[in-house]
Amino acid sequence: MSTANVKSPMAPSLRAKAVTTGLLVLFVLYSLAPTWFLLVSSTKNQTDLYSTFGLWFSANHFMDNLREIWAFHDHLFVRWIGNSILYSGVGALGSTLISVAAGYGLAKFDFRGRSAIFGTIVGASLLPGTLLALPLYLLFAQIGLTNTVWSVLIPYFVNPFGVYLGKVYADSSVPAELLEAARIDGAGELRTFWSISLKLMTTGAITIFMLDFVGIWNNFFLPLFMLNGERSFPVTLGLFAWEKQSQSGINMNTLVLTGSLLSIIPLAVFMFALQKYWRSGVLVGSVK
Amino acid sequence: MSTALRRSSVAPPAPAPGRAGKRPRPARARGAYKGLLFTLPFLVGFLATYVIPIGYAVYQSLYQKKSSGLGFGPTRTVFTGLANFTDTFSDTSFWSSIVRVVLLGAIQIPVMLGISLLMALLLDSVAARAVRFFRSALLIPYVIPTVVSTLIWLFLYSPTGSPIHDVLGRAGADFDFFGGVATYLALGNVLTWQGIGFNMILISAALQSLPREMYEAAHLDGAGEWRIAWSVKVPNITGILVLTGMFSVIARLQLFGEPLILRQVAPESINTDFTPMLAIYYKAFQTGEYQYAAAQSLILALVTGVLALAYFRFTNRGAK
Repeated sequence: MSTANVKSPMAPSLRAKAVTTGLLVLFVLYSLAPTWFLLVSSTKNQTDLYSTFGLWFSANHFMDNLREIWAFHDHLFVRWIGNSILYSGVGALGSTLISVAAGYGLAKFDFRGRSAIFGTIVGASLLPGTLLALPLYLLFAQIGLTNTVWSVLIPYFVNPFGVYLGKVYADSSVPAELLEAARIDGAGELRTFWSISLKLMTTGAITIFMLDFVGIWNNFFLPLFMLNGERSFPVTLGLFAWEKQSQSGINMNTLVLTGSLLSIIPLAVFMFALQKYWRSGVLVGSVK
Repeated sequence: MSTALRRSSVAPPAPAPGRAGKRPRPARARGAYKGLLFTLPFLVGFLATYVIPIGYAVYQSLYQKKSSGLGFGPTRTVFTGLANFTDTFSDTSFWSSIVRVVLLGAIQIPVMLGISLLMALLLDSVAARAVRFFRSALLIPYVIPTVVSTLIWLFLYSPTGSPIHDVLGRAGADFDFFGGVATYLALGNVLTWQGIGFNMILISAALQSLPREMYEAAHLDGAGEWRIAWSVKVPNITGILVLTGMFSVIARLQLFGEPLILRQVAPESINTDFTPMLAIYYKAFQTGEYQYAAAQSLILALVTGVLALAYFRFTNRGAK
């Protein structure tokens, strides 16, 4: 009787464990299988792509696919990757500086209109970027800015959510007493910001940079609206263009699949290197 | 500790800004405007990429292109007042596209958030070492750009060369992923696949912030894991569920990239006004009706705001 009492909470917990693991494994498989398919497909040539089972390897043509991508239209793909790095790098850097400065200003100074500005920022960060794409396009077309690097960079520079994060980080990592002390010592506000506050906010700044970088790398509709010339495309838009061509006759599936895999790699390396910032960013953004 | 200190140093000047109290804080009161200078670059950018474009879209939406003569002459842009808006209100294909994405979301969002919640709850009860592996694996789809993940599924849905069709074919079955209602299944699956990991992380974070004592008491009372999860954990994280739900509702209304890519292989099932954003995109860039598209953008923004608010009100009442 007493053993039964001890056992009864244990027995279902074993079964529960099996069910728990089973469900987790099931959804892990669901999450990984398509990516696995991409990996496998990038090693196949056109005929094997259609004639062999999609989730397992056949003869390895990965190097051939790489060569084909490299040579296609005068290294077009390399150019796209370069564009993505340029847009993401410069866009995220500009946006981070602007966001950190603005967040710092909002957190540490009690100027008139501060809460109105902050309210607007919170509201604007809920506004999805897709909605703004057409108005932005219309305006930029009017002033002749479309089809230039600036037509994508300028919108990327302005990120209300980044400012919100900047304020949260300034609130939590720059002590008011330190600023008071710097002021008493006669340091100018700009210098205080540059040499003291910015250093204290490094973790926050890197987090904002990383979220921006990933967001811009994955973005696709803004370049789709703004950019016309194939050579100015970021890699996401380029892959879409290839897929479109592929459907209109010329079969470019090996290029699309291998290119898709290659387009993830820089991002994966980047995310992996900055893993710990990634977590903190998501958590700050969601829980606060 | 630092919060308390900061609060005490910020709070006093707040009630009387600009007026020196009996204990003057010269640096803060006099230099406060400098905070605006730090915010200025953002404000200028905000003006240029939010306020002016929206204002310009409003202005554009009041005009229409009219061709002179029999339609062969040069087109002129003439002021037509609210004509674009009244046209949009009677544009059934636009409204049915909104209804379409709302219906899609009504089924897809609960499924996605349900799986995210399930995964978060399961991870909350698994050994810490295993958590890291499962969490990273479940997050992989989130890291993959929308374009790439949609392309992968596009290949998986295509009848030739897809392992799904291979397996189905071997079982003697056949399934058209782009036939009728199946289109919604195909699209919903892409969205769910992309969304599970990120929402799971948000829900996990909320779960981790719950105090342990809260369910240790339930443990002592002999409640099982499932029961604790359902009656103690879930009711205490409704906040994050409402929030992730609202983000998803907003995202569904703007649905664009996924259907745009999928329609490359299924143009009949996913037509040019399948979603409101697709309609706006094709109006602007295929038929050149920029002004009409601008009006539709503004109405979509309004609808999004109203629906987000309604969702928030509705779920908040349910939660209380």
